[in-house]
Amino acid sequence: MKSTLFKIIAAIVLLVAGIFLGKSMFSSPKVSTVPMPSGIGLRTTGNSNDTLYANTITYDGEIIEVKSGASIQEAVKKANPGDLIRVYPGTYSENVYIDKDNIGLQGVVIEGEWPTLDGKKEINDAFLYSGNGILIENFKIVNYKGNGIMGQAGNNFVIRNNWIIDTGVYGIFPQYGKNGLIEHNVCSKIEDAAIYVGMCDNVDVLHNEVFDNVAGIEIENSRHCLVENNYAHDNTGGLLAFVTPGLPIKTTFDVIMRNNFVVNNNTANFGAPGSTVAGIPAGTGILIMAADDVVVENNIITGNNNTGITIVDLATGAPKANDPNSEGNPDRVVILDNIMYENGNDPTGEIKAIMLSQMDTKGPDIFAYGGGTGSSIRDKNRYRTFGLDGYGTAPINDTKGIRTMMTPSPVPARSVSKEELGELTYYGVCAGCHAFGTRLIGPPTEILQAIHNGNPQGIVDYINNPKNLREDYPEMPPQDYLSDEAKLAVAEYILNMKHETVTNSNQ
Amino acid sequence: MSEKNIILKSSISGILLAFLLLFFLPESRTAGYENVPRLNPNCPPGFKRNADNECIAQSLYMQYDSPNNKGVGGLQTGLPEIRDGFSPQEIDLGRYLFFDPVLSGSGTISCATCHDPKKGFSDGLPTSIGHNGQQLKRAAPSLWNVAFLKKLFWDGRASTLEEQLKGPLFSEEEMNNTPESLLKTLNEIQEYRAFFAEAFPKRRAEDRIELNEVYRAIAAFQSSLLSLNSKYDRYAHGYHEALNEKEIEGMNVFRSFIARCAECHTPPLFTNQQFAVIGTPEPDGLPLDPGAEIPFNDKTLRGAFKVPSLRNIAKTAPYMHSGNFSTLRETVEFYTKGRGHAVPEDEDIILHWHIWDPQLSDYELDRLVDFLNTLTDETFMPRIPERLPSGLKPSI
Repeated sequence: MKSTLFKIIAAIVLLVAGIFLGKSMFSSPKVSTVPMPSGIGLRTTGNSNDTLYANTITYDGEIIEVKSGASIQEAVKKANPGDLIRVYPGTYSENVYIDKDNIGLQGVVIEGEWPTLDGKKEINDAFLYSGNGILIENFKIVNYKGNGIMGQAGNNFVIRNNWIIDTGVYGIFPQYGKNGLIEHNVCSKIEDAAIYVGMCDNVDVLHNEVFDNVAGIEIENSRHCLVENNYAHDNTGGLLAFVTPGLPIKTTFDVIMRNNFVVNNNTANFGAPGSTVAGIPAGTGILIMAADDVVVENNIITGNNNTGITIVDLATGAPKANDPNSEGNPDRVVILDNIMYENGNDPTGEIKAIMLSQMDTKGPDIFAYGGGTGSSIRDKNRYRTFGLDGYGTAPINDTKGIRTMMTPSPVPARSVSKEELGELTYYGVCAGCHAFGTRLIGPPTEILQAIHNGNPQGIVDYINNPKNLREDYPEMPPQDYLSDEAKLAVAEYILNMKHETVTNSNQ
Repeated sequence: MSEKNIILKSSISGILLAFLLLFFLPESRTAGYENVPRLNPNCPPGFKRNADNECIAQSLYMQYDSPNNKGVGGLQTGLPEIRDGFSPQEIDLGRYLFFDPVLSGSGTISCATCHDPKKGFSDGLPTSIGHNGQQLKRAAPSLWNVAFLKKLFWDGRASTLEEQLKGPLFSEEEMNNTPESLLKTLNEIQEYRAFFAEAFPKRRAEDRIELNEVYRAIAAFQSSLLSLNSKYDRYAHGYHEALNEKEIEGMNVFRSFIARCAECHTPPLFTNQQFAVIGTPEPDGLPLDPGAEIPFNDKTLRGAFKVPSLRNIAKTAPYMHSGNFSTLRETVEFYTKGRGHAVPEDEDIILHWHIWDPQLSDYELDRLVDFLNTLTDETFMPRIPERLPSGLKPSI
């Protein structure tokens, strides 16, 4: 009896040991991935011989891992500037907001399994950021209502390798940013623009595929943008560069659209009523509206049923919106050599009417209408055109000298010296209650100096944890929300202040 | 030779005389008067006085850049350019004028009557009450942070504070004064004569008060009303504990592309300072207010109003240009009731493209209100003068 029990136990032990041994010996090694781009700059390889550094910001702080079932936002809350958040495959239904600088968010795709942000058509936005130096890459983002990725301010952003489907109004939408890279994203089923560069400067939009959207790639009220090597197909309109009136930043200029495929953009417009893109006729390859200094070069523009390229002023293209401060003419547009055929097979609306007046039932490859001066085309004879009578000969043959519109190095944060920070904090915050020579709400500044003479840390401690020292004054609320730098800076600033002889100043 | 000597002697004595005059004349001038400064020689909080006796605005937002210098962007974006550089004395003089009903034709209405500091520098009314108790057409806008604004009045018809303040001062419906009567009144008040002399030291002390001085002083005071230290601002500067979970949720609804609030009420000032046609309802029985269409003579601006800043918005109920919404909750709800739902049928106005059908839930609307309540900051509240040079009671 005893020995039977012993045998059974021994068998179980052996079995467990065997399983353990087998698992550890024969299972595929645990997946380990290299957390790029820790420690190295982001690089992009082009058709030129050397590699272009796209961003020299690195995320070589801590690595915070997010596994399925956890929250990306919780990781963002923990992260400090320079940290890299790596998100493993799984479904994350959340709105991630990043109000910090230099945070990298990197999806880890394992055997075709993506970390997926699923808005379930209930959540507004997948990523919202306001910080500088934000990296968002390798995410699949689906079924949001507002945006896939939206930036409000934030310079030096990199948004790449994302797969975005039906995320509402925009797929990728940086706004008010300078120096950004949007590359290798695939975006579809977006009801406005798949990639919308709004009120930005110095942005490259490279190697993206955009399809089944109302607008493919939209450069709006932005300057110095390069749209290159993108595949824009089956949208209502493929590539757009324009000015929307009524926005605080009012110009679009210096845009290159180069080496893109702009093909079969004939999807019926499903934009929201009232939106600017709702007015885009289906079958629009490239639309240039009121934007200046746009170069269209070396694109393959085919099968767009209305026109290949439309160039209009605001009065024609968006006659309802009015803004006396928006200059509405597209000036100095340069059309270099492009491959264009089978455009305009089924024109609609105004273009159809205008072409019929020309005894033509097809839309043109290139259609220009309305104001604008200084525009030019390299070889007009190649295309079927309308309204290009005023176009001169192109002043350039190519744009090969311009490899990127991004800034040579990251836009530096505005630097504020310690003394300036102390001054801003003193006058911007403390001066509500403290002043030299007079009692406001708290004790006069010279009394603070006397109490904490030579001891800035004393002021910092008091800011963090005020103890009412004087009965004749109300207790100060803690000012611990100030950053540590600001606290020390203002403490030193207060101690270094000299009493001004203000009473004689007005003579 | 002798001629030269005479020239030399006279020029030396001339220079001596000039020196003596320079040294003694100012003193002898002041000796007779007791020239005690009566206006506050210190800048108000939020300002640093520079060597030229100008008050220069200071805030933590000066740590940040602003894209294309427009003062619109995200959390850590610089503010729009501010109108500052007034002297402390101009600002303090403006404070007396602002609260003084002597500025009105009837002597009963001051600027503060409709811009009451206790009511967010507005008046708590749907539309303000003017001369002889008459109901005016629009709500009194808050004056907090007005120094950053490039367009003034709801319809944006003025571009400087000086130009703006002439409106209510001399409007028959509002303060019902005339330039002549205003100057006569002020010049008859000796204390104002002394105050103006002190605030405008470059002209002779005995000179009469001029209109431009009145305008400048009031503009100076209005420009001093800064509100940039709310709970929201603490969050924006990096202290994320400043807002609770619900308030942060509200902020994310606010800036999402569903609600799109931040597209026009763009931080850091919470206005992009543009016109927008949003199609709010007028109070019962009133026709549609054409807004900016009139001053700009532009049909496309029919029903357009300047996007107001939302700072201290919790203090300035009721809301919209004619005060038709009494709470913030009703106000945010307007935006989710359908594009153009309140536009009269016979009107063909061009609604702003951000007015759409966001289908915000009740929960989201509540969170938006939570967030709007974090934009309150009155730490730099100016003091109401205890007594006025006119002898009248400060009227608010």
